[in-house]
Amino acid sequence: MREVDVLIVGGGPAGLSAAVALYEQGVKDILVVEREAQLGGILKQCIHDGFGLTRFQQALSGPEYAQIFIDRVRELGIPCLTNAAVLEITPDKKVTIVTPEGLLEYRARAILLAMGCRERTRGALAIPGERPAGVFTAGVAQSYINLYNRMPAREVVILGSGDIGLIMARRLTLEGAHVKGVYEILPYPSGLARNIQQCLNDYDIPLHLGHTVIDIHGDARLTGVTVAKVDDQRRPIPGTEEYIPCDTLILSVGLIPENELSRGAGVMLNPRTQGAVVDEYGQTSAPGIFAAGNVLHVHDVVDEVSAEAERQAAAIRKYLEQGALPEAGVTLRAGQGVHHVVPQHITGADEFLLSLRVATPLRNTKITVRDGDRIVAQKTYRRAVPAEMIHFMVKPGTPQTHEWEVSVE
Amino acid sequence: MDSLYDVLIIGGGVIGCALARELARYDLQIVVLEKNPDVCYETSGRNTGVCHGGFAYDTGSLKARFCVEGNRMMGDLAEELDFPFKRCGKVLVGNSRADYEQLLRTMAQGERNGATGLRMIDGEELHRLIPSVVGEFALLSENSGILDPFMMTIALAENACENGVRFDFNRKVTGITRDADGIWTVETPAAYYRTRWIINSAGLGCGAISEMLGIHGYHTIGSKGDYIILDKRLGPMVPMPIYTVPSNTYMGIHVTVTTEGNLLLGPTAEVTQNYSYYGVEQKNLDGLYQEAMAIWPHFTRADYIRTYSGILSKWVNEEGVIQDYRIEIRDDLAPHAVNLVGIESPGLTSAVPIARYVIGMMQEREAFAPNPEFNPERRGIRRFADMTAEERSAAIAEDPAYGELICRCQQVSKAEIRQAIHNPLGVHTMVGLKYRTRAMMGRCQGGYCQMRISRMIQEELGLSPEQIEYNRQGSNLFYGKVREEAAR
Repeated sequence: MREVDVLIVGGGPAGLSAAVALYEQGVKDILVVEREAQLGGILKQCIHDGFGLTRFQQALSGPEYAQIFIDRVRELGIPCLTNAAVLEITPDKKVTIVTPEGLLEYRARAILLAMGCRERTRGALAIPGERPAGVFTAGVAQSYINLYNRMPAREVVILGSGDIGLIMARRLTLEGAHVKGVYEILPYPSGLARNIQQCLNDYDIPLHLGHTVIDIHGDARLTGVTVAKVDDQRRPIPGTEEYIPCDTLILSVGLIPENELSRGAGVMLNPRTQGAVVDEYGQTSAPGIFAAGNVLHVHDVVDEVSAEAERQAAAIRKYLEQGALPEAGVTLRAGQGVHHVVPQHITGADEFLLSLRVATPLRNTKITVRDGDRIVAQKTYRRAVPAEMIHFMVKPGTPQTHEWEVSVE
Repeated sequence: MDSLYDVLIIGGGVIGCALARELARYDLQIVVLEKNPDVCYETSGRNTGVCHGGFAYDTGSLKARFCVEGNRMMGDLAEELDFPFKRCGKVLVGNSRADYEQLLRTMAQGERNGATGLRMIDGEELHRLIPSVVGEFALLSENSGILDPFMMTIALAENACENGVRFDFNRKVTGITRDADGIWTVETPAAYYRTRWIINSAGLGCGAISEMLGIHGYHTIGSKGDYIILDKRLGPMVPMPIYTVPSNTYMGIHVTVTTEGNLLLGPTAEVTQNYSYYGVEQKNLDGLYQEAMAIWPHFTRADYIRTYSGILSKWVNEEGVIQDYRIEIRDDLAPHAVNLVGIESPGLTSAVPIARYVIGMMQEREAFAPNPEFNPERRGIRRFADMTAEERSAAIAEDPAYGELICRCQQVSKAEIRQAIHNPLGVHTMVGLKYRTRAMMGRCQGGYCQMRISRMIQEELGLSPEQIEYNRQGSNLFYGKVREEAAR
């Protein structure tokens, strides 16, 4: 069994950012394990721009953003295993890896989970109807077009207004497909406002809010879908059905953090984020196992993924130096109007970054962190939407209770 | 058109494939015609995958007889042909006095049928077996089990193929004639076939083929069942299938574990005459949720990974009552033609006994010489996911492609995909590879691996993007390249 100080599972933006940060802070015994042949994760297929706006003040493409970190990893000589899939992580931080050269076993002093997320599928939504070819998640269609040079679509309906779906509406249009419309079950878009403008409005692609696909037709290739309006309980309204002929249905209906390895390591998951339950250091319920990026909670932009991974890197360095991190005895709960919060546990001693998403769109709202009767922090927002993650620093003061709550008014 | 076959089998479901494999024991020229691009495309692959015990059928029926016989031999068959089968047992749970009495009747019927390993268990024992189940008591059938219906059918077909049977896909039979010499001519849009014997194992098409053979009057109905597949994370909580109290015509909604460890909820049961519609309806999804919750309330909608449906072909009499299997050679109407009507559940369990019974009927009319080269053994693709650490190391040392995982959810390596692409039957649809390797069957449903797999098919077989099909003819995945690649 080989030993390593920090084993990073995943060579996407979170894993690479953490690797560089750890190395620069003096933690040099690192191994990045990437299952694909190339580093960069999902950014490889994101050839549109808009990456790095906050971090580098320029609009980079996904591959360009990734390359900055890949170059730095190479420059520093950080060991990366590619074509290497982690099969298992145990609670005592033993990691089994499979590569074309054979099986490898490592014992790590600390592990960073940076596996990213996967797309919710048609099956997970249980959309009724037949199962023809031509139903793709947005990321799969993106991969086929941008990485595999395969055209999967001509006449397209898109279900869900997640960012990848919006990006694909534009991409498909640019490649000659006809995008008939984007249908979103919620009364508001799931993607960022800038993507609604740049990917739909600029190309005259209609967005139908409060609609969903209720039937899928075709026994070989897709021949059409039936869409319908939904009521405020998201149930289809009888009489509003419309049949739309198309050969392709693109799904952009949510991302799920990829935590199968985490479960095996005994890491507790949060049902709302579907990522690990973590403290302000990004440490999971398994001591020495940390999580960063979309495996922890799905972010809006990659710049924030990098920033989170770098914060976790600093915490990992501290963990290695001290053998343990201070106990996070205070629980942070998502209260009224808040979909989820990260972290879910804090020490109550140090300033920490609070991330959250609101449950519904709000205007002129106050977000409050409460420790019993004591208001720990309060922020006012003119506009808060579920599509845009909110974060701010919180100074804890002196804790009165062990159960804090974050709520909106 | 030139060659004359000894036996032509219509239908590449589990019955047709079992017939092909059992007939391959004899010195015969055999061809199987299947209208889909692969075996196991209809009823045989679209079911619960349970090896039944034989207690749920009328005593004296062919269903009871073949099921009991098939159950007994399934372990040996699975070993010989290398397909997943587990004799894990099964429970039928009940709560009321009426349930108890019905289960006692079911048990008595099973015993009359020759089924063994049946006993009533109390709540305590039931919950020791399956702690999470809702129920006061149960009938335990120790010899029931689960099998992989795709791999069972594929294994039968591959073994037949390796023993010389020809499989022609995308051959929908459109007409059958018999000439003065007693030779049958079978017409498909692509080719004509001449044969001395013909077997109708067309499943959902059995009524239509029966008519073509000149045997009229069979009324069949389709019974369509919808299912939901759940994430295999839940599998360990259901060590054996959980059924409710059955009637002799409907087994009820059940919660079943697959050989892969996924859970299945279903099936619903609706009469249909549309044998090509496999859509799943919202009301059925809602109903399955409710009914499955009543016996096993430990899942949420977030555990769904896929839905599917299947159709059983049932032979009914004039009153609409479901009949037993009908297996006949009508020397008066269609000599040298075996007609199988209403082969439905328990068809997987019964497949090989049915095949042997059919061959017995044929041999009463013609003695077949044995095939001295017949090899009953078939080895499947060695699976990385099923190997121990030592086996994995050895496999990778031998073929590094075993160390490259293509499908992460099911841990399927590149070596397995490659072997599957070059399968003996020559099937290269995406779904065909899915059934053979389990790649794309997991929770991400091919989100990670389908690009790699479709590229491998193109590279390994030299196909163009337009030739890659998902399942049926016309189910193309691509409309070509995005743009022509620049010369390198």
